[in-house]
Amino acid sequence: MSPQTLRLPARGRASRPAGAAGARREMEMNQTIESRRTGLKSGWAQAWRLGFLLLALAAGGAQAWSEADEARWHALNKELRCLVCQNQSIADSHAELAQDLRGQVREMMEAGRSDAEIRAYMTDRYGDFVLYRPPFKPLTLMLWLGPLLMLLLALGLIWHMRRRVAAPAQPGGRAQELEKLLDEVERD
Amino acid sequence: MKRLLIAAPLLVLLALVLVLGRGLSLDPREVDSPLIGKPAPAFALPALHGGEDLSHQTLAREVSLFNVWASWCVACRAEHDILVELGRRPDVRLYGLNYKDQPEDARQWLQRHGNPYRASGVDRDGRVGLDYGVYGVPETFVVDRAGRIRGKRIGPMTWQYVNEELLPLLRQLEAEAS
Repeated sequence: MSPQTLRLPARGRASRPAGAAGARREMEMNQTIESRRTGLKSGWAQAWRLGFLLLALAAGGAQAWSEADEARWHALNKELRCLVCQNQSIADSHAELAQDLRGQVREMMEAGRSDAEIRAYMTDRYGDFVLYRPPFKPLTLMLWLGPLLMLLLALGLIWHMRRRVAAPAQPGGRAQELEKLLDEVERD
Repeated sequence: MKRLLIAAPLLVLLALVLVLGRGLSLDPREVDSPLIGKPAPAFALPALHGGEDLSHQTLAREVSLFNVWASWCVACRAEHDILVELGRRPDVRLYGLNYKDQPEDARQWLQRHGNPYRASGVDRDGRVGLDYGVYGVPETFVVDRAGRIRGKRIGPMTWQYVNEELLPLLRQLEAEAS
């Protein structure tokens, strides 16, 4: 029994279940999510979960994991770095850890957590390194502002140099001397 | 002024070389754990060899080592002799987290290579590992008496690490607590 099979994607999360059946369903879903979190992994627990899932589906009005959910899931996965293959996001990586983290993201989404909460969950455990978009804070100041600083520096330098070239050469100045020399070279 | 202008690109280059050179010498796998200084995440797991459940409270009773291992983990074999040696010392309390493993395989592995752990928690689906931010087995956490994580080693232990970092840290934590 691999960890992946344990984490059956709970398809059929209604966005807002209405009525008593809906409320019951939501409660059941919360319970299944809770059971998943505590990690009961006997076959019995799985059967129990499956039973609830079927019950939930039977309760009607159950919407499948929507396309918007899928897109949001994918976007979140894209933003999180896989710590095993560090140059891949968990969306791209086939490492087992990446699979687990994708499952974790999905579960948290199903539990109604916000993107910020999910990101916080990851950084609490793996640090800012897990985010492909590091937060803006004193430690990362150079990271964010460094390129802009370099650009400004380069622009300043170019502007400075152009002004010098554009400035009319003073009679007897070095520029005139240089031009004379260049002329001579060209004539030769 | 002119000289400075000519020197500027060279200086920038030098600074870049220094910064990037430093970057090359760092190991990107060594990610500082944000857990250091924080309470060890709560858990309760059945012990691999039965008996009392292993929990974060077990760790917090004394200064403890919490080593994440698995029978499928090749690098764990590399550090195992060191762990066996450490496990013999009366002043070291070593606990294990058997991460994403089959308990049968894990028990066999310990039988073959020696069991240095006072107890190992069975984390079959890796849930506890996730809470501890585990990503490169083996990993070893140092937990103090207040139940806080005070140190983390990613990858196999070496004697150099044990003698120069781990044992001094353990002594320091012992002194802190008493």
